[in-house]
Amino acid sequence: MSDYYSYGDSHGSLFRRAPLTRQQRRVIRTVLFYATALLVTAVWLVPFVIAVFTSLKTFSDIMAGLSMWRPPTAPTIQNFFEVWETGMAMFFRNTTIITVPSVIGALGMGSLGAYALAFHRFRGARVVLMVFIAGMLIPFQMLLIPVFRFSNLVGLYDTWQGLILFHIAFQTGFCTFFLRGFMKTMPVSILQSARIDGARELLIYRRLVLPLTKPALAALAILQFTWIWNDYLWGLVLLQSDNLKPITLGLVGLQGQFVSSYNLIAAGAIIAASLPIAVFLAFQRHFIHGLTLGAVKE
Amino acid sequence: MIVGQRKINLTPWAFLALPLTFYLIWVIAPVVQTIGYSLTDYDGVTFDAAFIGLENFRLLFTDRIFWTALANNVRWLIFFALLPIPIGLGLAMLLNQGYQGSHFFRTVLFLPMTLSFVIIGQIWGWIYLPRAGALNTLLEFIGMSGFTRPWLSDPGTVTYSLIAAGTWRQIPYVMILYLAGLQSVPTDLVEAAMIDGASWWQRFVRVVIPMLLPSTVVAVSISIIDSLRAFDIVFVMTRGGPFNQSQVLANFMYIEAFNNYRMGYGAAIAVIQFAVTFTFIYLYVNYTMKREQAR
Repeated sequence: MSDYYSYGDSHGSLFRRAPLTRQQRRVIRTVLFYATALLVTAVWLVPFVIAVFTSLKTFSDIMAGLSMWRPPTAPTIQNFFEVWETGMAMFFRNTTIITVPSVIGALGMGSLGAYALAFHRFRGARVVLMVFIAGMLIPFQMLLIPVFRFSNLVGLYDTWQGLILFHIAFQTGFCTFFLRGFMKTMPVSILQSARIDGARELLIYRRLVLPLTKPALAALAILQFTWIWNDYLWGLVLLQSDNLKPITLGLVGLQGQFVSSYNLIAAGAIIAASLPIAVFLAFQRHFIHGLTLGAVKE
Repeated sequence: MIVGQRKINLTPWAFLALPLTFYLIWVIAPVVQTIGYSLTDYDGVTFDAAFIGLENFRLLFTDRIFWTALANNVRWLIFFALLPIPIGLGLAMLLNQGYQGSHFFRTVLFLPMTLSFVIIGQIWGWIYLPRAGALNTLLEFIGMSGFTRPWLSDPGTVTYSLIAAGTWRQIPYVMILYLAGLQSVPTDLVEAAMIDGASWWQRFVRVVIPMLLPSTVVAVSISIIDSLRAFDIVFVMTRGGPFNQSQVLANFMYIEAFNNYRMGYGAAIAVIQFAVTFTFIYLYVNYTMKREQAR
């Protein structure tokens, strides 16, 4: 694909006058690459820039109704403190409390299911795998009413536990599918020798398979963290009390509370996005690898 | 353990017991229950829901909001299938040439994938603001004031404005799928074609595109399934308004079931949404299972 832009030289009469040397063509290609890449990247960054600009604006800037492109006239980080104190701190904590056990639980469930499906041949294995894959693609609307009703029935409505249990259950499908795929690539021979040695299955799972699955678990944990952290719908349906709500609901609440104080809302949005973005930047390789390995999301 | 003539291996089932139980309670059973609710007049408050057969569906088919929502879902589907695939592929080809800085560009392009739809909805709401909005002020700046409009309250543009916000996130995802797919295109195959005198375009159409077929199947089916699940962006940005002009099935279902307490009716909407999605879920699962079997 090295001369992706080679068609460029048959375009204009400018290039036809004298045949281009190899060197000249390479320069043109390089320039075209950077021009295109920079342009696309700049366009993609626009929403981020607008959010950052807005979060640093003062109320008078907002009231003046200046274009969203304008940088803040007197940049201030006061907005961040203000939203942090008016609830974002609590929402941030709530989301953390919801997300961490959900990720751990989903990984645990997934690794159990994956172990069964990767290392055992049995009747029904195919159906079980199919159910797990199909389940993760189902429209959430198909689950909303029964899950809401079930939570009410067993007293899990408006509790973190209810939301966490749902996240674990729903993500079990993806985690099982994902980890099974990884475990399938592990040599069966080590397993067989352990079995001949008389090791119990649970021991093989814990001492042998889980440690070898660590890279996949890391990638999966990062994906799960992002998805559960960013969830909105299930928090909306399964929680009612303001002091339990995750940060995504807090943000929407902020919108209702401050209406057109975009600077405060922007500051809140940046706070909410900060952790997933930091995690992505720190573990980018895992994140992208996980996404392509699983080839499916949410 | 021996049941009848067949020996059943209990070990895998012991490992599956917990995950399957969770899945059964929170995913599988609800699917069946929702189908059941769709045949009742359940209101979510009283417990005695009456069986009313297909009445909900009959009502639904005469509900104009339903048809608007369905038409909008088709728009989402078409644009999610048509835009991210070629653009994502183009970006992947661009960044796959090994130029310095490609990694950086990839990272930046990928950032929207880490954001919650709630945040995407809020930021894009500022882009579409009627007066100070980034889009309208840009149009004025480049002398195209005639094209400015209140993007989210104009019935003609609202759905497309929402879809644009959605594709901002979807394109990088498709790009990543193709970047991974390109790793599996053997370079010697491309080089061989080059030695044979194949032009860039011939190599692209005859060698690269066929090799990327698996990535394309995944990207198209996931994009379509996502387009039919669109909820958060619509809910946060317009709630389906103005006057249901940007309504989609997912949001329509939520409003009927949880705001209007028409759970039976909402369940019927969910069933339709599921039925539309099912074809694509079936295709994806079938395809994935074949690939899994091949390993």
